[in-house]
Amino acid sequence: MDLYEYQARDLFEAHGVPVLAGIVAQTPEEAKAAAEKIGGTVVVKAQVKVGGRGKAGGVKLAKSADEAYEHAQAILGMDIKGHTVHRVMIAQGADIAEEYYFSILLDRAQRNYLAMCSKEGGVEIEQLAEERPEALARVAVDPNTGVDAEKAREIAEKAGFTEDLDQLVEVFQTLWTVFQKEDATLVEVNPLVKTGEGKIIALDGKVTVDENAAYRQPGHADLVDEQTEDPLEAKAKENDLNYVKLDGQVGVIGNGAGLVMSTLDVVAYAGEAHNGVKPANFLDIGGGASAEVMANGLDVILGDDQVKSVFVNVFGGITSCDAVANGIVKALEILGDTASKPLVVRLDGNNVEEGRRILDEANHPLVTIADTMDEGADKAAELANK
Amino acid sequence: MSIYLNKDSKVIVQGITGGEGTKHTRLMLKAGTNIVGGVNARKAGTTVEHQDKDGNDISLPVFGSVTEAMEETGADVSVAFVPPKFAKDAAIEAVDAGIGLLVVITEGIPVQDTAEFYNYAASKTGADGKPTTRIVGPNCPGVITPGEALAGITPANITNKGPIGLVSKSGTLTYQMMYELRDIGFSTSIGIGGDPVIGTTHIDALESFENDPDTEAIVMIGEIGGDAEERAADYIKANVTKPVVGYVAGFTAPEGKTMGHAGAIVSGSSGTAEAKKEALEAAGVKVGKTPSQTAELLREIYKG
Repeated sequence: MDLYEYQARDLFEAHGVPVLAGIVAQTPEEAKAAAEKIGGTVVVKAQVKVGGRGKAGGVKLAKSADEAYEHAQAILGMDIKGHTVHRVMIAQGADIAEEYYFSILLDRAQRNYLAMCSKEGGVEIEQLAEERPEALARVAVDPNTGVDAEKAREIAEKAGFTEDLDQLVEVFQTLWTVFQKEDATLVEVNPLVKTGEGKIIALDGKVTVDENAAYRQPGHADLVDEQTEDPLEAKAKENDLNYVKLDGQVGVIGNGAGLVMSTLDVVAYAGEAHNGVKPANFLDIGGGASAEVMANGLDVILGDDQVKSVFVNVFGGITSCDAVANGIVKALEILGDTASKPLVVRLDGNNVEEGRRILDEANHPLVTIADTMDEGADKAAELANK
Repeated sequence: MSIYLNKDSKVIVQGITGGEGTKHTRLMLKAGTNIVGGVNARKAGTTVEHQDKDGNDISLPVFGSVTEAMEETGADVSVAFVPPKFAKDAAIEAVDAGIGLLVVITEGIPVQDTAEFYNYAASKTGADGKPTTRIVGPNCPGVITPGEALAGITPANITNKGPIGLVSKSGTLTYQMMYELRDIGFSTSIGIGGDPVIGTTHIDALESFENDPDTEAIVMIGEIGGDAEERAADYIKANVTKPVVGYVAGFTAPEGKTMGHAGAIVSGSSGTAEAKKEALEAAGVKVGKTPSQTAELLREIYKG
């Protein structure tokens, strides 16, 4: 889960990373009150989980609380690359002398962590990495030893710092603490600034936390932004279903993440011959595929008004196809009239003949049986195009 | 022959007394696996009752630790069915005991825990300079050598023994492919898992299959996220002489959304299915558009 800048700032502060005052606001009135509380010049910053907000006009300097009110009014509700601004952060103005870059992230390829640091911050770091890779220090971090004082010094020196080393070492270690204690996969500070007084401060932060660690990070539940969460995704989450809303007409339900991803692709290919219909969602109901889970899954999918047909694609492994078929039949009973869209069912694997026989016998008016995944996708796409 | 696992492997189950552990111990035994016991510190000294593949009743001893289990039984493989919060400790215990193969089935382990136990395992090397413990997973279906042994949760009765080696991030896609190609059959099939950090990679499996005399052709299944498939493509080009066919899932996945597997996410322009497919094709790997088409490609290559 990616966090907002204000959430990252709060985590930084909680773990001792030097930051400036910052208060989140959802209305111009709140923005004004925040500016008054902070005092002096403030910056009104749009809170969106996408880069390039400065260029889009989402960051404005305000010399007074009234000006903060006006800027907040203009920025709230703004659309930045498809993200609506629901909040602004009122941040204390900074006296910036120099801008640096620091990050620590999970390096999937090396299976450890990577710290990156540059004396040239405040710019697009991908661009810097491409154009002048020598300006970006990259230091591998062992997950079992982390960023201790020695490692922090190595990072700073490799980035070319000769001054402020003690202060930088201290800041890097606190940022490591954020990474470790918050189960983060990314902690990025851009820019990390040196003020006119020579103090090192994290001016803008980006943090991604690991959702698998939710059980030991009770505070992370509060960081979920329910305002921008898709209502169907929220409903699916309540039922412990792995659902991602997409923008198509063919509802997809299957077992196993890989098979469901593959099903989406096969539906999209099949859709090319049917007026370009596309998959409407990702929904993995896992190995069991019981009647209740199937019913909950179908209920979520059918709650999407765009859905015109549903493709149920299940491979019967440990749960064999007859059990899955019974699950589908019972799920349709549970749903009753709620089930209103045609269903194409493709079963394969253990006991497939019995599974198909059960579906045949139930002879539900909405259900069509397909023998293969490709055939099922084609049928579902055809039905969605009617 | 096979890789990582065969009929002589002596397997223990960490978490043998739990719900999943009990169910899959039964299924692994049914698949012919030589399970010699299990581990649960709180139930050490007890036994669990099961049946072997011929239906004979057997009692499996429960040990207090992996070390004890290995000393008493000579076990060389452990399969871990432990909840996410205990997975790191279970893995470190197995590594400290010096087990040769550890298969971590558990889904939902915090990635920092996996990074820690993977790096810990990597640092414990034997006389040959290689890590003593190979980890497969986490978040994976495990390893199956059809007709011989199963260390994991792969349904054993969907395929047959044969000359194809299979490596995949996904469980059900693996099953689908094993089922479609059951007439040709498999030497070993490895589900390496869908997490961002995993112990055994596509490259590790490709190297092992290349060196396995009983594997004649390889199917490699990938999905969005990271660049493991791209690196595997480079490896294939330089090192693999056996025919390889590939499949990649997730062409329609939107940017920034996790698609079921914790590791299956397109970030910005990296980790896309398109890039993986192109890299594999550039390495001479034939890539199918659908699982069925991929199975057909393997058939053609294998017969041709």
